[in-house]
Amino acid sequence: MTDTYFNELTTQFSYAFLDSETPVPDELYITVKPEACVGICRYLYEKCGASLVSMVGSDERPLNGGFRLYYFFSLPGHGSSVPQGSRSFVNLQMKVDERHPEFTSITPYMPAAHWYEREIQDLLGLKPVGHPDPRRLVLHENWPKGFYPLRKDFDYKTQPPRTSEDFEMKRVEGEGVFEIPVGPVHAGIIEPGHFRFSSVGEKILNLEARLFYKHKGTEKLAEILPFTKGLFLAERICGVCSFSHATSYCQALEKIANIQIPERAHYLRTIFLELERLYNHVGDVGNICAGTGLLVGNAQGMLLKEKLMELNEAITGNRYLRGMNTVGGLRRDLSEEKRILILSTLRQIQKEFKALIDVIMFLSTQRDRLETTGILSQQVARDLGVVGVAARASGLDSDLRRDHPYAAYDKVSFKVPLRTEGDVSARVWIRIEEVFESIRIIEQLLDTLPSGDIRVEVKEIPPYKYALGYTESPRGANIHWIMTAPDSRLYRYKIRSASYVNWPAVPLVVPGNIVPDFPLINKSFNLCYSCTDL
Amino acid sequence: MDQEMIEFQKPEENQEVLRTHLEELGNHLSEKIGKIFGRSLHIREVDSGSCNACEWEITALSNPVYDLERFGIYFVASPRHADVLLVTGPVSRNLYTALLKTYEATPEPKLVIAVGACACSGGLFQKGYASLGGVDKVLPVDVYIPGCPPRPQAILQGLLLAMDKLEQKIRKRNFSDLHEGDTCHRP
Ligand code: SF4
Repeated sequence: MTDTYFNELTTQFSYAFLDSETPVPDELYITVKPEACVGICRYLYEKCGASLVSMVGSDERPLNGGFRLYYFFSLPGHGSSVPQGSRSFVNLQMKVDERHPEFTSITPYMPAAHWYEREIQDLLGLKPVGHPDPRRLVLHENWPKGFYPLRKDFDYKTQPPRTSEDFEMKRVEGEGVFEIPVGPVHAGIIEPGHFRFSSVGEKILNLEARLFYKHKGTEKLAEILPFTKGLFLAERICGVCSFSHATSYCQALEKIANIQIPERAHYLRTIFLELERLYNHVGDVGNICAGTGLLVGNAQGMLLKEKLMELNEAITGNRYLRGMNTVGGLRRDLSEEKRILILSTLRQIQKEFKALIDVIMFLSTQRDRLETTGILSQQVARDLGVVGVAARASGLDSDLRRDHPYAAYDKVSFKVPLRTEGDVSARVWIRIEEVFESIRIIEQLLDTLPSGDIRVEVKEIPPYKYALGYTESPRGANIHWIMTAPDSRLYRYKIRSASYVNWPAVPLVVPGNIVPDFPLINKSFNLCYSCTDL
Repeated sequence: MDQEMIEFQKPEENQEVLRTHLEELGNHLSEKIGKIFGRSLHIREVDSGSCNACEWEITALSNPVYDLERFGIYFVASPRHADVLLVTGPVSRNLYTALLKTYEATPEPKLVIAVGACACSGGLFQKGYASLGGVDKVLPVDVYIPGCPPRPQAILQGLLLAMDKLEQKIRKRNFSDLHEGDTCHRP
């Protein structure tokens, strides 16, 4: 697959290519001359229909005397309309000279790059020249100038003195315009973020979101932990996508160590990934009712979610499916008794969830709140590289489980629901349909579960190798990129979560809606702050 | 790393035990709250950089299975209405100011409960460039609830301990009121 792209790109840009390799199947890495990088990115995005799935900055001065930027693209298969598993990754890399710590911004052509570039500026001190909004992002104003945490000469434990607590936000001015500040500590039991609405009466004119309050230095911390402990960190990137992040981590390292995990482990991982989707989606649908004041629906949704969490605990020992994954497979097997427990519980859940949907989704009062609220257009979704439920509700047909199959997804048949309305209602309906698909997937896997081992021992991982690990979490694609260091440690661990790419869409969707609809819109995206802020 | 296969109790039995435990805990707690406050207990939750799982377990306390409100425990929207702060997360650098302000807005006598390994000690994150390494690095903590995340019953148990502490605090305060006026300071 990657060959075809390579040939096509070579004819266009041979003058700019320095090197290329395919360290793992379906991941092509091309080293390009910095001055040609923007052109090649644009070609991939505009001509080949590629989407930017991640961008990484890495301090490789100790290795080759410079910083390095990586651009990751997912490309569709040639001459066909996205059949199963036909996409591959094409990754560009270029060196940034230490004496000129800057690079040309690609944001003006590909808005999806906007946060990656600001983050690289904050954490590595490389300036994106031409970026339309080069404000701080990850490190708030309390962070002094001149400290770059992801540089190798910065120690994880350094705590530079606090500077200013002020920050600037865009303002809307005019007669009758009010500003409503919300957060970072909210009224409900939810994560912190600061929102500022400018409104006239009920109508919202503009929303500014300030995030990254929860930034804890996860990526830097991973560099000082052994890879076995790094897994625990991966499980704690996000509470409710724990299994998905852990699987992405394991898959990347398994590719690097070039090991094949047992078939049974693939199946079990897929089952747990779908159980994670289930409890999230069921909870999210119930939670929407909290936004519309339909308390019966909310209580019932929470009850079903609790039952699924109890199922998680019964089969894995943890309500959040933690402690199951390991590099090389799984740590615990699934007994026959538990296999049957999953099947019977899911049958029950399916029935009760169906009954819940019949009640809550057809009420006129409910439909009135959900329909045409918070519309995300397909164009904006594509420009920002939106993923997951939000993408599929706005007509972007993308799902890693089908497009880049991993674990045992190539062994099952399932439908990827798609809607085009892009409103709150569409996002809720996508989740509802996915709940039934997930149950179908789990049933298929449990019916054909192969016997055998569940793990292979991985004692060490080779240094200076890299690979992507990815999963389609309940919120969308979680893409991890790992480069290893000597002594089975990580040199660089880049975590790109689904929430990270979807957040910028929220402030764009809100204007034009009324203030009380904001919680509803927010809930329909249901993004996580922890895996955005890291 | 390596772990033996752990055999759990049969799931249904296990849940049964947990539910009975929950009832006992809850009733005990509600008695205590009644005695101390003569009204319900008001809690404000503050996320100081958690992974969100601790939040979800606290949220789970309000679902129909746990239904905390029946025991007289109520989550309030503002720290100004709170008796207790439940704090999760290792205290990220960017939330330091918000956490302090929330604490200051809470009326005396107040309790701070650290929920989860991160809040108790910094957990996996320790002390780092963006993690201050636990709530007690910033605020006086009264009760520590370990776990990653602690399950809902553990949080209830923690609240029970907190009530004992609060009783002590109030007694001490009344005593000093009698003798030397209000000596309750902000730390
Ligand atoms: S203690 Fe565990 S569950 Fe709680 S915030 Fe920390 S990592 Fe998450």
